[in-house]
Amino acid sequence: MTLQTAFESGAPDGDTGYRPFRAGGFAFRRDRYFAYINHGDVHHQMPVDAFLRALMRDVAWGFFYGTVNFDDVLGTTNFYGEVEMFLGAKNEAYTRAGRDVTERFAAADLMKSFKAILHDWTNEGFDPFAAPLETAAAFGAKRGSNGKAIERVRVSARRMVGLPGDTEVRTDAIGYPVNRMFEDVPQDQPVVEVEPGFESEVAAFNLFGYLSRSDVTWNPSVCSVLRDSLFCPTSEEYILPIDHGNDRVEWFVQLSDEIVWDVKDGATGRPRARVTMRAGDVAAMPADIRHRGYSTKRSMLLVWENGSPAIPDLIRSGKAPVTPVKF
Amino acid sequence: MTFKTRFGSMADYQKGGVEVFNDDPRSYVFSNVFDVASKSKPWERVCVAKNFEYVIEAMRASGESPYWSARHDEFVVCMDGEVEVELQKLSEPARIIESRDGAHRLDALPPSKKMGRIVLGRGHMALLPKQSAYRFRAAAPSALMFQTIEGPETVFRWTEICQTEGAAP
Repeated sequence: MTLQTAFESGAPDGDTGYRPFRAGGFAFRRDRYFAYINHGDVHHQMPVDAFLRALMRDVAWGFFYGTVNFDDVLGTTNFYGEVEMFLGAKNEAYTRAGRDVTERFAAADLMKSFKAILHDWTNEGFDPFAAPLETAAAFGAKRGSNGKAIERVRVSARRMVGLPGDTEVRTDAIGYPVNRMFEDVPQDQPVVEVEPGFESEVAAFNLFGYLSRSDVTWNPSVCSVLRDSLFCPTSEEYILPIDHGNDRVEWFVQLSDEIVWDVKDGATGRPRARVTMRAGDVAAMPADIRHRGYSTKRSMLLVWENGSPAIPDLIRSGKAPVTPVKF
Repeated sequence: MTFKTRFGSMADYQKGGVEVFNDDPRSYVFSNVFDVASKSKPWERVCVAKNFEYVIEAMRASGESPYWSARHDEFVVCMDGEVEVELQKLSEPARIIESRDGAHRLDALPPSKKMGRIVLGRGHMALLPKQSAYRFRAAAPSALMFQTIEGPETVFRWTEICQTEGAAP
């Protein structure tokens, strides 16, 4: 597929103040309530808060693993260096009707365009990473911006949180207060007695306390690394803003409270399962599904990823199964 | 408004589950760390998640463990109870750990130097550094979860621990 190289932004709308954008054949504009995404005669719209929350994850995760479905129609698929954007390509009704469109971009180019949309369309007070009860509304005419909220860098430990020179343990002092829904989570730290010379290897931290201080939702951060094995815990409240379409097996370990996952077929969107996870539950997400989670009480989830770049090709070529084990 | 955070324990956990519409529940390899640990022998390393060579193991900790060592880092999370971790730096990497990945049980502690001691409570996570030897002590039954690689100590019992029929939670 030819790489699209045309990107534009227009003058601010005289009424709402928001700029329109183009990326290849896709046109983006927003008004007080909705984002509109058009490609030729294929038209789509979605609530602008849902659009911005999804766009925020796509940007923050560098297009993530596999497909980021903003909803049942719009999404991106990561080819690691290149990315496809589509309308309807993962929707059975659209594909049957021949109404789906897909274009491919250099990932860095589309990322610039997405960041520009996010900057222009995110108003002062609206934090796309925050739970709805913790942020102002995304709606209305343009009023200011919120660069601080949308420019957060994804936390990624090199070996483990808390090791000297690695990602810091979260504290009040560095701007991470305990979240209102986790005030009952113990904040004690483990006892660590280190013999001289082993300061860089003898380490431990309170993972649950660390998660209770997360200032974002549905945004896994890497806390420990064993080659390609990445422990990516996250705190979750309300709804995962995307349907994540897996291109590899992903695992969840529920650390606290409860999340319900709607699981659909990755290619068609047909419902396949509903997975309820409570503290201690472990479940795999197969490589051919898409999933969206719901968490009414802020909860702690451990997302476990295998970051090997070889996996998508192994699965696409049939050399690796879409489920992690057979029994 | 006061919110209550629900963690689990071996004495008090409530499993969810998989309801299938058009799928095999075994695709989700659904189990529960507390369920597995509560039904395991002390110090068994039971695999609850596998992604190619990488695994997550659940363990029931009770009493004093043998020593283990691996040629790569491992990480442990205390999910329930309190567990002491003793870390020793091996003077020479044990020969058996060079042959394959994963944790290897050591028959006895080889020549080594004390690195440190950690006491983990619920929710605490520790590094088990590569080419060290480590063992645990738990005065009361506790549950541990490891981020590691499949090795000679990894126990697989998927049909016993996982949901195999479609059911409402």
